[in-house]
Amino acid sequence: MVPLSDTTIDTAAGDTPALPGDALREQLVDQLRGAIGDALIDSLVKPGDDVWVRVRTDAWRDTGLALRDVLGCHYFCFLSAIDWMPSPYGRGEDDPTQPAPERDTEVRQGYAGGDTRMQVFARVTSIDRHVSITVKADVPDDQPVIDSWVSVYAGANWHERETHEMFGISFAGHPDLRNIYLPIDFEGHPMRKDFPLLARLVKPWPGIVDVEPLPGGEEEDESND
Amino acid sequence: MTDLVDRQKLSYIAAQAADARLNVELETEGMTLNIGPQHPATHGTLRIIVRLDGEQVVWADPGAGYMHRGYEKLTEVRTFPQVTTLINRIDWLGSFANEVPFILAAEKLMDIEAPPRAQWIRTILFELSRIANVSLFLGDLGVQLGAITPVFFAFRDREYVLNLIEGATGGRFHPNFDRIGGLKDDLPKGWIDETKQVMKKLRTFCDEIEGLLFGNEIFQSRTRGIGVIPAAVAQQYGLSGANLRASGVDWDLRRDQRLPLAYDKVDWKVWTHPDGDSFARCWVRLQETREATRIVDQLLDGIPSGPVMAKVPRIIKVPEGEAYVSTENPLGEMGYYVVSKGDLGPFRVRIRTASFNNISIVPWVLRGVYVPDIITILASLYFILGDIDK
Repeated sequence: MVPLSDTTIDTAAGDTPALPGDALREQLVDQLRGAIGDALIDSLVKPGDDVWVRVRTDAWRDTGLALRDVLGCHYFCFLSAIDWMPSPYGRGEDDPTQPAPERDTEVRQGYAGGDTRMQVFARVTSIDRHVSITVKADVPDDQPVIDSWVSVYAGANWHERETHEMFGISFAGHPDLRNIYLPIDFEGHPMRKDFPLLARLVKPWPGIVDVEPLPGGEEEDESND
Repeated sequence: MTDLVDRQKLSYIAAQAADARLNVELETEGMTLNIGPQHPATHGTLRIIVRLDGEQVVWADPGAGYMHRGYEKLTEVRTFPQVTTLINRIDWLGSFANEVPFILAAEKLMDIEAPPRAQWIRTILFELSRIANVSLFLGDLGVQLGAITPVFFAFRDREYVLNLIEGATGGRFHPNFDRIGGLKDDLPKGWIDETKQVMKKLRTFCDEIEGLLFGNEIFQSRTRGIGVIPAAVAQQYGLSGANLRASGVDWDLRRDQRLPLAYDKVDWKVWTHPDGDSFARCWVRLQETREATRIVDQLLDGIPSGPVMAKVPRIIKVPEGEAYVSTENPLGEMGYYVVSKGDLGPFRVRIRTASFNNISIVPWVLRGVYVPDIITILASLYFILGDIDK
């Protein structure tokens, strides 16, 4: 039976707990390295900001278990993916009457590096220690499959369904990878960079006919002086 | 906690077995009940399919996505200042609060900070959005239980807060007032005095709601001990905001992280409740609304003078990097994971909305409850459709 507490009790907390320092962030990385060994490929501690860690793809689920049980990060924040390939469509502002401009499509990964175009990343928080950690893992381009975290963090269920439909990444061991946002028969993976934003293709962005220079452009500044 | 999933599996098997046994013994089938997508209790277009055994739910499956607008994709074709227009529409009842974490993330990447006055006004408007948002929840709660009066009180008193937000920003629902490096404008003349008057009215509103609803015997019997979420489960599902604090977890991002907002300058407390039931969730929200009026009052007294905008380039380019900033929004933790490649617009924005996680627990929490309690549990979890569907 659940105790039904009185409405008049004062359960408010006391003083503000100390916020984490960089020593604690370094300690988190060391703890994780101790738990999963050389599966931890790279890490980055930005002073006063955050922690990023990259782990091997095959150690993704073990990382989740270590985060939960060794590091005490019981709070699941989110899980998603990044497609590091720059969009071949730019910002969808191309003039359709002109040939498409050349674009840099070199894949450059962000913090903690990477080897593949797609990366899965997740963020968990230790409420006791007031610290969060972002973990990333590469997803092979030819076979985008990674272990599911549903058996580690139950809340990962919907996040993995969303990542599956948006990026086409499969999660091995997920009980039910149905689409969550998109129609069942939707083709393609909208969050991939090579999936065009159709609204911008059907009707050109009105911004391109706007020939007026941006306020604060160099020409205007000079004429005002 | 480790056996949580095993327990889920077991309860699923048990539910299947119960279904099968029922079919054999009574030669009847369980019933599938469809709630929504157009149902008044779902505040929009959330669809929930529940499988019933008599009056009890054996299995529930919420279907989101009827209002998916693809904001994560759209941010990739916008410049940084343009993104605030989009994200205003995520949680439309507390719009200003949506802008703040994104702007803070962009400021973090650019390594600039808003001037103190802008930080204080941001905090004031943030808390006003909380009051506007949660006061509607408190009124709406009554409607879910068949009490009509509170919702009229809520709409009446929320209007005062919306007028204040409109007075300061120009927009009742979608202020689009936050800028990288500060705010669009300073506060108008006479706004501070008016706000103090309104905060008094809102405290009276909270007292009225407490008397009308929380002391009501029917309300208590419909919510106490119903829809209990233990702290361990709440954390695993990433519940946040009042839902998490109602399960006894003392966690509030306004206090538990360092952000350039004015929360550390005022005296306030974080409310928690040990029960984790529907009543606790409602009760924590009521207390938080009161606390928010106190925060606003104190901030108004100590608001520093000075500019409201830092020096920023007129064309904003955000340096390469990644940052995650989350704030304690009316619905819970709302965060933006912003990846920039040094361009005019973001490379990737992951929007972590509160309601998405808060509603993902529905299949767990609805298992075994009775049909009328579905509505109260959903109401007490408090979600905004735009916040689930993004």
